[in-house]
Amino acid sequence: MFDGYTASELVSILAMQGFAGLILFSVFLLMALGLAIIFGQMGVINMAHGEFMILGAYMTYLTSHLVQDYAPGLFGGYFFLAMIVAFIAAGALGLLLEWALIRHLYRRPLDTLLATWGVSLILQQIYRSVFGAREVGVTLPDWMMGALSLSDTIEVPINGLFVMALTLVISGIVFLLMFRSSWGLQVRAVTQNRVMAGAAGINGRRVDAMTFALGCGIAGVAGSAFTMIGSTGPTSGQLYIVDTFLVVVFGGAQSLLGTIASALTISQSQSTLEFFLSGSMAKVFTLLVVVLILLVRPQGLFVLKVRKA
Amino acid sequence: MIGLVLFAVLILVVLPLGLDLFRLNNIGKYLTYAFVAVGLVLCWGLGGVLSLGQGVFFGLGGYAMAMFLKLEASSPEATAIQSTPGIPDFMDWNQLSALPWFWEPFHNLAFTIIAVVAVPTIFAFFLGAMLFRRRVGGVYFAIITQAIASILTILIIGQQGLTGGINGITDLRTLLGWDIRTDAAKYILYYVNGGLLILVILAAQFIKNGKIGRILVALRDKEDRVRFTGYDVAAYKTFVFCIAAAFSGIGGAMFTLQVGFMSPSFVGIVPSIEMVVFCALGGRLSLLGAAYGALIVNYAKTSFSESFPELWLFAMGALFIGVVVAFPTGLAGLWQQYVQPLIGRALTRRSTAAPAGPAAPAPGE
Repeated sequence: MFDGYTASELVSILAMQGFAGLILFSVFLLMALGLAIIFGQMGVINMAHGEFMILGAYMTYLTSHLVQDYAPGLFGGYFFLAMIVAFIAAGALGLLLEWALIRHLYRRPLDTLLATWGVSLILQQIYRSVFGAREVGVTLPDWMMGALSLSDTIEVPINGLFVMALTLVISGIVFLLMFRSSWGLQVRAVTQNRVMAGAAGINGRRVDAMTFALGCGIAGVAGSAFTMIGSTGPTSGQLYIVDTFLVVVFGGAQSLLGTIASALTISQSQSTLEFFLSGSMAKVFTLLVVVLILLVRPQGLFVLKVRKA
Repeated sequence: MIGLVLFAVLILVVLPLGLDLFRLNNIGKYLTYAFVAVGLVLCWGLGGVLSLGQGVFFGLGGYAMAMFLKLEASSPEATAIQSTPGIPDFMDWNQLSALPWFWEPFHNLAFTIIAVVAVPTIFAFFLGAMLFRRRVGGVYFAIITQAIASILTILIIGQQGLTGGINGITDLRTLLGWDIRTDAAKYILYYVNGGLLILVILAAQFIKNGKIGRILVALRDKEDRVRFTGYDVAAYKTFVFCIAAAFSGIGGAMFTLQVGFMSPSFVGIVPSIEMVVFCALGGRLSLLGAAYGALIVNYAKTSFSESFPELWLFAMGALFIGVVVAFPTGLAGLWQQYVQPLIGRALTRRSTAAPAGPAAPAPGE
C-alpha cells in the first residue's frame, strides 16, 4: 500500500495523519475520561454520555451566539466562557440524573446500560425539539482559524492544537483531582471497598453523586471542544459512544493511564489507516483488532491490581 | 401450556381473521423479532448473559436468505440489460463482473436453509467460546457484542459491491419460482412464520424447564459456586448463546421472506438494543412475555410514530427507563404478580371445594 509515494511524501502523510489522529485522540480522551471515571469508579455504564457531550456542544453554540449578540468585543474569548457553561450544564444534568435514576441502579450495571440508553433517546428528542434536526456549527474567533505550516508539505490547524492543549489541561486536572486531592482519595476508597470506606466516615452516596456529575461535566467540555472540529446534531453523540466504550474497556476500566494509552492507540491506528484504506474499512480494521486483543486480554491493557471482594 | 395455546390461537387464528393483509404482514414482521426476544430470554433472562449484538445474528440469517432470493431474481434472462448478466444488479452498478466466491453456494436452497441457522450459530459459538472461556461476562460481554454489531454494520455499508451497501439486498421476488409477493404467498409465509415461532418457543421451553435451564439460573445467580461444583460454566453459556443466535437467524430469514428485503438497518447497535427492550418489556424471564413484548412494542412503534413521530422517542426512552427501574420482570412479571392471583382468588371463591392452587411463584431477581 506504500506504492507510488516517495519517502518524503510518506513522512508528510504520516505526520499529517498522525496529527489528525492526535485531534481524534483528544476528543476520544475527553469523552473517555468522563466515561472511565463513571464506569471505573462506580461500575455504571452511561450510554447517555454522548448526549452529555452534545449538551456541551449546544451550550457552546448558544454561548457563541449570546456573546456575538450582546458582547461582540469579547468574541475572541467566548470559548473559555463556553467551556465553563458546558461543564456546569452537563454536570448539573448529571447530578440530576444520578439523583433521579442512577442511584437506584447501583450494582446492576447491565440495567444502568438500558436505562441510560432510554435517557439518551429522550435527550436526543429534546435536542431535536429545541435546536432542530439540522446540524449546527459555531463560528470560531479569528485567532483560532488558519494553520501553522511546519514545512511546505506539513500544516497543522490551530484549532486542533487548541483542542490538544485543552485535553492536556483537563487530563491534568482530573489526575490532580483523583490522585492528589482528598476527594479523589475518597473516590478511590469507595471504589475499592464501599463498606470499609463508609466505616471510615466517607459518605459514599455523596462521593457517587459527585463522581457522576464530574464525569458528565467533563463530557460537556468534550462537547465544547468537539464544536471546533465538527458540527453538532441531535444524534452526533451516538456516533462516538461505542468507540469510547471500547477505549475505556481496552484500556482497563479502572486505570486512567490505560484509558489514555488506549485512546492514543485507537485514534492513531484509525487515522493512519484511514489514509491507506477507505475510512470505513479503517474503522472496521481498528475495531476488529481491538476486539481481538480483548478476546486475548479481556481485562484491558492496564489492570489495576485489586483484590475482588 | 395454556398460555402457549392462547398465544397460538391469537397469532394463527384471531389475528388472520381480524386484520387485513397489510396489517397481518406487519404483524408477521413483528413476530420475526419475537424469535430474537425468545432467544434473549434464554441467554439474558435465564443465563444472565446480555448480548447487545443480536441484530448481528438476525442480520446473518436475513442476509443468507436474501442472498439466495437475490440470486434467483438475478437470472441471466432477468438481468440481460446489465453489462454482465447473471449477477445481482447492485454488483453490476459497482463494476463487479463476477459473483464473489461466498455468494456461490447460495444458489442452493438447502445450503441456504442450513446457513440461516448455521452461520449465526457458528459465529456465536466462536465468540462465546472465546469470551466465556476467558470469563468475560456482564458489561464487558455486552460492550464487545455491541462493537461487533457496529463492525458488521460498517462492513456491510462499506462493501457496497458485495453486500448492496446501505440499501441492502432489495427487489426479491421468488422462492424456487414461487412468487413471494402475491397475497396467497403472504398468508402462507405468515403461517409458516407463526408456526416456526411456536416451535421455537416450545424448544426454548424445553431448554428452560430442563436441567440446562436450572443450571443457567444457578450460574446467573452464583456463577462461582456453580463452577466450583464442577460444571463447565463456559460451555453452558456458549450453548445458550448459540441457541439464541440460531433463533435470531431464523427470525431474520423469515423477516427477509415476509418483507422482501434485508438491509444493514436491522443489524446495527440501535436495532440490537431495541430487541433487548422487546424482551425486557414483555418480561425477561418469560418466553411468551418476550414474544408479546416484541408484538406490543413494534405495534406501538408503528401506530405511535405514524401519528406522533416526535413523541415516539420520548415514549421509547420512558419505556427503557420504566422497564428497568419500575418493573424489571416486565409485563409477564406484572401479570404473574398481580393479575394471576386475582384470577386464582376469583376461581377459588367460586368453587370452595377445589383446593387453592399454589400461588404463582414470584419471579426471582
